[in-house]
Amino acid sequence: MLHLVLFLIFGAICVAGAVNLLAQRHPINSALSLIVVMGSLAVEYLLLGAEFVAAVQVIIYAGAIMVLFVFVIMLLNAGEEELTNGSRVALLLGIPGMLVSSVLVAWVLLAHSGTEAVPAGALPGPPKIIGWLLFHDFLLPFEVTSVLILIAIMGAVVLASPPESVQQSKKEG
Amino acid sequence: MVPLSYYLVLSGILFACGVTGFLIRRNIITIFMSIELMLNGVNLSFVAFAAHWHALSGQVFVFFVMVVAAAEAAVGLAIIIAVYRTRETLNVDRVNLLKL
Repeated sequence: MLHLVLFLIFGAICVAGAVNLLAQRHPINSALSLIVVMGSLAVEYLLLGAEFVAAVQVIIYAGAIMVLFVFVIMLLNAGEEELTNGSRVALLLGIPGMLVSSVLVAWVLLAHSGTEAVPAGALPGPPKIIGWLLFHDFLLPFEVTSVLILIAIMGAVVLASPPESVQQSKKEG
Repeated sequence: MVPLSYYLVLSGILFACGVTGFLIRRNIITIFMSIELMLNGVNLSFVAFAAHWHALSGQVFVFFVMVVAAAEAAVGLAIIIAVYRTRETLNVDRVNLLKL
């Protein structure tokens, strides 16, 4: 019962943050509401017994990635977004279509919920077992991600460094 | 005891919010944040299924998704900085030419 109450509270915070992300016009407000979403998702992970994933969620997502976002928003001095013309067909077809499909998906999922329930914390995800899996069953993907991160670092440095003409003018000046 | 479907509905709502934001927003940074929201929605269903089927592999996959998301954020934000440097705008409607 307590688990259900906690799930509902943090699920509501989660959805409110996601809707706020869409509603806000200024990117910094959207970024802060995304941090709220990620924080409450970490609580949902804890309810599911995934301690490692919850910790990584807070450290990497709410910490590292969002700090990167906030830095870029400040660096580019992003203001409120300007409105441009939207498509009328998208409004006429999109909103009813979205409502119908979301009701359909929710109905299918809830109709088949029946007896199947996730016992909260039944499957503990301690870092020890996760680490064992990571270095035995998933060793190759783990090593491949290290290459991926190396490429991402190099790509980010190359893309974000100023163009050569700017660098040369700085050297001369 | 929380039914599995509740988690799936929550994850579906988050994913749908991400798709909506991706489609309706004009600011390229907000579009990028919507993509992160979609990835978070998928992560939640991964963890819920991992708990449901008693398979820890699901949680390891969430770890990989997070790593890819971090790499994607680094490269994507670098691209945003490069676009802003040449166009002086963050509005995707104003970035409509491939050439400089």
